[in-house]
Amino acid sequence: MERITLPAIGTARAFRDAARAQMGYGVPPEALLWSMGAADDLFAGGPPSNGGPARQARLPKGALGTINAALCHSDPARFARIYDVLWRVAGGDLRWADRSDPAMQRVLAQAKAVGRDIHKMHAFVRFQERPTDGARRLFSSWFEPDHFIVERAAPFFAKRFGDMDWVIATPSLTAQFVAEELTVFETVSRPPSGADATEDLWRTYYKSIFNPARLKVKAMQSEMPQKYWKNLPEADLIAGLIRQAETRSQQMVEAAPTEPSAQAKALARRRGGS
Amino acid sequence: MAGKSLTDKLAILADAAKYDASCASSGGERRNSSDGKGLGSSGGSGICHAYAPDGRCISLLKILMTNFCIYDCAYCVNRVSSQIERARFTPEEVVRLTIEFYRRNYIEGLFLSSGIIKSPDDTMADMIRIVRTLREQENFRGYIHLKTIPDAAPELIDEAGKWADRLSINIELPTQKGLSKLAPEKNLKDIKGAMAGVKDRRDASRVATHRGKRRARFAPAGQSTQMIVGADGANDRTILHQSTDLYQNYKLNRVYYSGFSPIPDASRNLPLIKPPLMREHRLYQADWLLRFYGFQADEIAGQGMLDLEVDPKLAWALAHRGLFPVDVNRASREMLLRVPGFGTVSVKRILAARRHGRIRYEHLRAMGANLKNARAFIVVDGWTPRGMTDAADLRARFAPRPEQLQLI
Repeated sequence: MERITLPAIGTARAFRDAARAQMGYGVPPEALLWSMGAADDLFAGGPPSNGGPARQARLPKGALGTINAALCHSDPARFARIYDVLWRVAGGDLRWADRSDPAMQRVLAQAKAVGRDIHKMHAFVRFQERPTDGARRLFSSWFEPDHFIVERAAPFFAKRFGDMDWVIATPSLTAQFVAEELTVFETVSRPPSGADATEDLWRTYYKSIFNPARLKVKAMQSEMPQKYWKNLPEADLIAGLIRQAETRSQQMVEAAPTEPSAQAKALARRRGGS
Repeated sequence: MAGKSLTDKLAILADAAKYDASCASSGGERRNSSDGKGLGSSGGSGICHAYAPDGRCISLLKILMTNFCIYDCAYCVNRVSSQIERARFTPEEVVRLTIEFYRRNYIEGLFLSSGIIKSPDDTMADMIRIVRTLREQENFRGYIHLKTIPDAAPELIDEAGKWADRLSINIELPTQKGLSKLAPEKNLKDIKGAMAGVKDRRDASRVATHRGKRRARFAPAGQSTQMIVGADGANDRTILHQSTDLYQNYKLNRVYYSGFSPIPDASRNLPLIKPPLMREHRLYQADWLLRFYGFQADEIAGQGMLDLEVDPKLAWALAHRGLFPVDVNRASREMLLRVPGFGTVSVKRILAARRHGRIRYEHLRAMGANLKNARAFIVVDGWTPRGMTDAADLRARFAPRPEQLQLI
């Protein structure tokens, strides 16, 4: 049994190199034990003793992106499963994207789950402004993703917030963008959470854009699950908004219509209205 | 009168904007700020940064420039005859809110609308000034949706399309009769004329000059509109026919349906109702069928109103049982798209898998099909519905139990 320990940073690249090498040596899935180690762990094994004929997986366009996404999943068995799928595709026993194969279906489903996690990170990271002596403004955020997505999700923020410095820390890795350079490293500490006056404006907006006459709590929760709430500055308003919705809505219905103001009547007369 | 704080204005002018359902921020021009000289990106799939407890996504800072308005549309919270509190943002305030919200990753951009003040041209010009400042002074590269006023001068529309990703003109109600009754200052001919103007400018902007150069962009994310549902007497068939016309002849990217919802200080001419949320939901489903599933408005709403108990595709299948069960291994794409429980993605996967072998019942779930809805209407290896397709109680299996109807 060969142990392959992949680094926590650059995991996808390291997996690809290792998988390509092992298939080249003809090592079957059952002879490998995959795991993820520290940020800089590197597998440096030579040709094994139990190899067979070399295999090479030919994949359709888009498959590599799917594999790279699936590799970010938190499931410890993902590396072994993906190697198994690639091994069988290379051997001609499995068609890529054939969902009738349980392992293939699982890889595709995990890639999708990672895609959703990345999308939610792009949506729910909330920056707070930090004091800085530099020329560029500085923002920081704390986010807790389900999967190992920091490296894959970070370039989006670099493209979007090109004229400011920022840090996004997660329980495992931290992405940092300083002077237009993006780096990823193991998290040292959680950024301090301080007051940011704009958060109050945002909370005002959140309260005001909500329509109490159309309460749909389930629809909200399926798109913004509660696990994200603790890092969203607007989330502690939700309970109160839900509680008051029925009363507010009822009050609107019961309120008697008012007479138009004198000004409105004058305007209506000027415009030739009634 | 003491000046209102920014917080007060934001509360008033967001409250006034919430009856507009549009929140899209996808598509359009690909931009980013990786040159370090600006802020923002756009062009991918849109992102919903938050959800309100009404289930609506919050993607854009959706505000009115002002809720003062000289029009008197009965359904509108901002109509001149309403006694609600009024406010007006300065251009700098809108710019500041947009930029500061954007930097904190709260939003994808700005959706700016306004009550009509002084004249349509004055109002449009003020809105354009705000958007131009965002683009030129702040180098803002995020998404901008600008509500367009139908009667504004052509050169103002030209400029609006230059700075905004999306333009929208609300049709408000599906018929002229409804508009005449509830929105006396608006008429369908002007509204559709303005939509045609936007469409023509977009078409022209995408044709290269005779020297092969690209022309200046014009509203690269297209145009959308909104219809209020339940305020006038129009039925679903009328609404869906209007949508079909808008999609086909005016190349609208989206038609939004907004169930008429209680507003503070309602008009005497339009009593408040509980918002018809289920009807609104069915209209969105029907709209999807028109755009992606090859259905015609008359096929799904020929009776006038959509079925509230079951979705329009299932209702159609229940009414056309003679065409089912469909053989999943042989049916055409068009027919597969008509199977309840099969979406465009699962149909694509079925067609791809058929090239490699026969499909079995247990494969369908992995392809994303909803078998609870589909199974009465399909034949596939390992499954036949036998008498289920024609069973008298088939509808009852899908329709909700009576007590759930109270939710509607």
